[in-house]
Amino acid sequence: MKLYDLIWLIPILPLLGAIFNGLVSNRLGLSKTITHTVALLGSGSAWLLGWGAIVQWILDLGIHHTHIVSLYSWIQGGSLRILDGSTADVNIAASFQLDAVSALMVSFVTFVGFLIHVYSVGYMHDESDRAYARYFSYLNLFMFSMLVLVLGSNLVVLFVGWEGVGLCSYLLIGFYFEKDWCAAAGKKAFIVNRIGDWGFLLAIFATFMVFGTLEFSEFFPMAAGHPEHYATAATVIGLLLFVGAIGKSAQIPLYVWLPDAMAGPTPVSALIHAATMVTAGVYMVVRCNVIYRISPTAMLVVAIVGGLTAIVAATIGLVQNDIKKVLAYSTVSQLGYMFLGAGAGAFVAAIFHVLTHAFFKACLFLGSGSVIHACGGEQDIRQMGGLKKYMPTTYWTFLVATLAIAGIPIFAGFFSKDEILAKVFEGGAADLNHFGSAYYALWVLAVVGAIMTAFYMFRLVFMTFHGEFRGGEEAEHHLHESPWTMTMPLVVLGVLSIFGGLVGIPGKLFHHPEWNLIERFLEPILLPIGHAAEAGHDVSHHAVSLGLEWGLVFLSVAVASFGIWMAYRFYMGAEAMVRPKRLAERFPLAYKLLLNKYYVDEVYDATVVGGTVKGSRFLWEVDARVVDGAVNGTALSTVGSSFLSGIFDLRVVDGAVNLIATIYDVGSRWFRKLQVGFAQGYAMVMVFGAAILLAVFYLFKLN
Amino acid sequence: MMDFQYGYLLNLIVYLPLAGALVMMAFINKENSTALKTWATLVAGIDFVISVPLWFLYKPDGAEFQFATIKEWIPSVGVQYIFGVDGFAVLLILLTTLLGFIAVYCSFTAITERQKEYYVFLLLLQTGMLGVFCSLDFILFYVFWEVMLVPMYFLIGVWGGPRRLYAAIKFFLYTLVGSVLMLVGILTLYWFNANGLAAIGLEGLGNEPTFSVVHLFTIAGQIPPEVQFWVFLAFFVGFAIKVPMFPFHTWLPDAHVEAPTAGSVILAAVLLKMGTYGFIRFSLPLLPHATIKAVGWVALLSIIAIVYGALVAMAQKDMKKLVAYSSVSHMGFVMLGMFALNDAGLRGSILQMLNHGVSTGALFLLVGIVYERRHNRMIAEYGGLAKVMPLYATFFMIITMSSIGLPTLNGFIGEFTILIGVYNHSWVWALFAASGIVLGAAYMLWMYQRVFFGELSNEKNKDLPDLNRREQWTLIPLVVIAFWIGLYPKPFFERMAPTVDRVLERVAVAMPEQAPTAAEQVAEIAHAPAGEETGERGE
Repeated sequence: MKLYDLIWLIPILPLLGAIFNGLVSNRLGLSKTITHTVALLGSGSAWLLGWGAIVQWILDLGIHHTHIVSLYSWIQGGSLRILDGSTADVNIAASFQLDAVSALMVSFVTFVGFLIHVYSVGYMHDESDRAYARYFSYLNLFMFSMLVLVLGSNLVVLFVGWEGVGLCSYLLIGFYFEKDWCAAAGKKAFIVNRIGDWGFLLAIFATFMVFGTLEFSEFFPMAAGHPEHYATAATVIGLLLFVGAIGKSAQIPLYVWLPDAMAGPTPVSALIHAATMVTAGVYMVVRCNVIYRISPTAMLVVAIVGGLTAIVAATIGLVQNDIKKVLAYSTVSQLGYMFLGAGAGAFVAAIFHVLTHAFFKACLFLGSGSVIHACGGEQDIRQMGGLKKYMPTTYWTFLVATLAIAGIPIFAGFFSKDEILAKVFEGGAADLNHFGSAYYALWVLAVVGAIMTAFYMFRLVFMTFHGEFRGGEEAEHHLHESPWTMTMPLVVLGVLSIFGGLVGIPGKLFHHPEWNLIERFLEPILLPIGHAAEAGHDVSHHAVSLGLEWGLVFLSVAVASFGIWMAYRFYMGAEAMVRPKRLAERFPLAYKLLLNKYYVDEVYDATVVGGTVKGSRFLWEVDARVVDGAVNGTALSTVGSSFLSGIFDLRVVDGAVNLIATIYDVGSRWFRKLQVGFAQGYAMVMVFGAAILLAVFYLFKLN
Repeated sequence: MMDFQYGYLLNLIVYLPLAGALVMMAFINKENSTALKTWATLVAGIDFVISVPLWFLYKPDGAEFQFATIKEWIPSVGVQYIFGVDGFAVLLILLTTLLGFIAVYCSFTAITERQKEYYVFLLLLQTGMLGVFCSLDFILFYVFWEVMLVPMYFLIGVWGGPRRLYAAIKFFLYTLVGSVLMLVGILTLYWFNANGLAAIGLEGLGNEPTFSVVHLFTIAGQIPPEVQFWVFLAFFVGFAIKVPMFPFHTWLPDAHVEAPTAGSVILAAVLLKMGTYGFIRFSLPLLPHATIKAVGWVALLSIIAIVYGALVAMAQKDMKKLVAYSSVSHMGFVMLGMFALNDAGLRGSILQMLNHGVSTGALFLLVGIVYERRHNRMIAEYGGLAKVMPLYATFFMIITMSSIGLPTLNGFIGEFTILIGVYNHSWVWALFAASGIVLGAAYMLWMYQRVFFGELSNEKNKDLPDLNRREQWTLIPLVVIAFWIGLYPKPFFERMAPTVDRVLERVAVAMPEQAPTAAEQVAEIAHAPAGEETGERGE
């Protein structure tokens, strides 16, 4: 038995941990040591097994082999007639697959996940035993769901993980459920995600309708083999899938849940709302790259939404004062870059950025957690400053990660972000899918966004770690470096934020394309399209000369440096904070607009949310008054008419009966008088009667 | 067509509760509360246990109706005593016996007055419901259908809430109106099969007069379309009220709110299934032509029910009412899947009946548990319960997730199978119906938040005890089934598959040239509106 035959066990191991902590630790209130040992065993064994399986798979089968392990037949929905007139069985398997992209995802999800479990041991230590068990149970459950998501071999299993991570996100955002806003944020996350899931589900149905299967290994080759035939279908499926991605990966217009999601404990923000779950949308788009590559429209939409999100979120990030909010908007923005890359056909670059982003953003969030921990729960950077000397490890790792996200060479983010920018530019130069000018415009947006990224991230560093501490003396006494369980993950992630990008050196620039390991590794998932196999992802290969490519590299370095320089001028030295204040006073409207996040939440509350709630109340009135009113009206009219008919019955029907009775009564009283008891009287009456009868008889006969 | 092996089994299952009730009436003192409870639990428990063999003995590849019994009853008019079940009915019978047992078991502390009558009615109700699922003679079916009404009427009217009389009478009259129309439909079929009825100009086939459903299946193809139309309409009213379909649903919230917990559980879990059972057992296979004609209308009403039910649920302040309206929404899914008239839709529809029974039954149990402690169902009265009742909160969360269709739980399998079938029929339906999953999450999670999260502000809730052992055991079986169906629904699909195939075969009789048209329709659906469908969702 090879380890790669056990890939189904990778998600199951943390699930066992979740079940134990949820049912046993939490119920019995077992000690923290037992709880986190189980949780670490769960996620740690998944990590080891995951890496082991991947290594064996590479060595034994090679990266071109998609290894599928099918557990059992899960849903048997019978047969349906599909688009081409044939019938197909709705037979969904509980099945997992190991290929290049899932291997990459598994490798960093298990690893970063494990690190964050370790970090949580320190961070959550003040919770009660039961809350601690609950926390780790949810965290392990998240690992299960995320691993199901990335390992699923068909759209439905992917969807299981997709919803599972949504549930865990809901539970963990609302972890401090006694606080109303935490509970509300959790609910918001779930419902907004559900809007995306609506699109995802429809995409699944459409896929089945078109291809008659939901297995990746079956319908991708079909689509790639006949791109013209499936082009329209791919547009529908691609766009519907992207609706799902918009929800899960917090893109315009469904990004609003992610900043609120920061209500959860900080390690959760790092793991779920930065490194792993929110990148699921990118993963899914890359996974389904065949669908997007045969549909120029879908690809362009992905690029536009990504590009717009990247810049809009970046502008909001410029002025936020909550350390986690800044990071949250930065995450939204970076996810936008990933989609922009994917939308420009740079699927490898998108996943590459997912990887490096996981390192530096997890590092940033954990760093911010360390800061918040030290500041006694304070999250406002205006109450911080000068933390560098109190918490050096946190500072240096935070700085390294900031350099990485800003895009300074050597650091991890530089390679992946530069790759995306270059690919978008090439999309413009090569007139990709005849949308060249759109890609040029998006490139300009992305470059401006890069300046902002460098600016707001260094603003964060300067305001938090440099200058003087502004939180008051009381708080200053408590400042301390975090325990090793928290700093160790920081250091590991910091190191990866420096060197992690080396897996994707743009070797092309040095005439050594083979240096780009990640591109070579992921090459198998980019199925050649059509018969010509003209490698659509490489369409731009010759559109941009080597010199220009180098120029772009220098440009992006210059751009990042410019942003940092601006932040330095604004937030460092004697003039610190004065300039931004002046700027805010000069453009009060713009400042307020950004500070209030363009009032998007308010607009949504007033329209969609308020409309739904009002609509529901209105319908409830309708239901009570009209629909039920009709029923009660019928009842009432039945009762009313029965009352009337009761009167009729009493007066007319019964009246007639009584009338006859009365007639008899009166008549009989009258006739009674004849009954006098004398035979002569009777005889006389008889004679008279007979005489009358004879007379009548006679008269009638005459006539 | 019929297999008479183990024929006694169904009779045993159906009449055991009746016998138990009679014994109880005759021999158990009404003051002896323990004896009453023990006896009722025992009877309901044994009834469940003896119904389990059906699960194993039913042969999906065997005769259509198994465990059958046929006896003459009123030979002069062709009424027979016919029992027999297919896989579909087996599943519903198991649902009934399990929920029947839970209904008894959950009432121990909730019902303190007139206990004897209460348990007698509960057991009688059980016989009525089981009889409905077993009967294959229309008159026998009708008798059980009516028998079932009476105990329910008393359960609501005697042990219900403040407006119990209004609710009980509404329930009784509403369903009675439906069933009388249904009887007219039954008689029309009967006369058509026999010698017709001159008074309404109905010409008959001249067969031996019979109410046997099994026989009527064989003549379904000969029923002229206009006769099918009227019979379908008569059946429709009867069944649609029971489902309940929009706009015949308003008796449901009242009945649920006023009924005691066990009454609500049975009502939601089993009684609502009578309507959908009737559609699948009678309307579809007997009246295929009318069924196909009705597809558009039924789908429209179902989609309205899904969206409307969910929205109205969102506006509720009373937990039971919220769950009641969520039932309207969920039963909309069941109806929509059914009228997609394809394999997946119908399978999903049947599975969703079970799912709804399990999830909504459990939801009513859960609401009942907190009602018993506080005698209040208003959402606003609660908040922060997760702190004092963590176990209760956990069960409630699992059932909430099951109800809103989270994968790995039962609701997802049902909704997914329904919707993939519905999409196959019409993507527009699926588009609207799938919005139900968003709204479902919204109203359920909103309620959950208001009841369990936030601060524990209400003094009266500070010392609420968590679930006791008995309460846990009423919920555990349902949670287990929810996971079972969510993770491994195969045994359920296997058992219902023959029913689904036969129903579709019988419906297909009325659409001989349907095959190419369907494919064309489908092709048109998927190609033409592609741009329109997605254009606005690009950003």
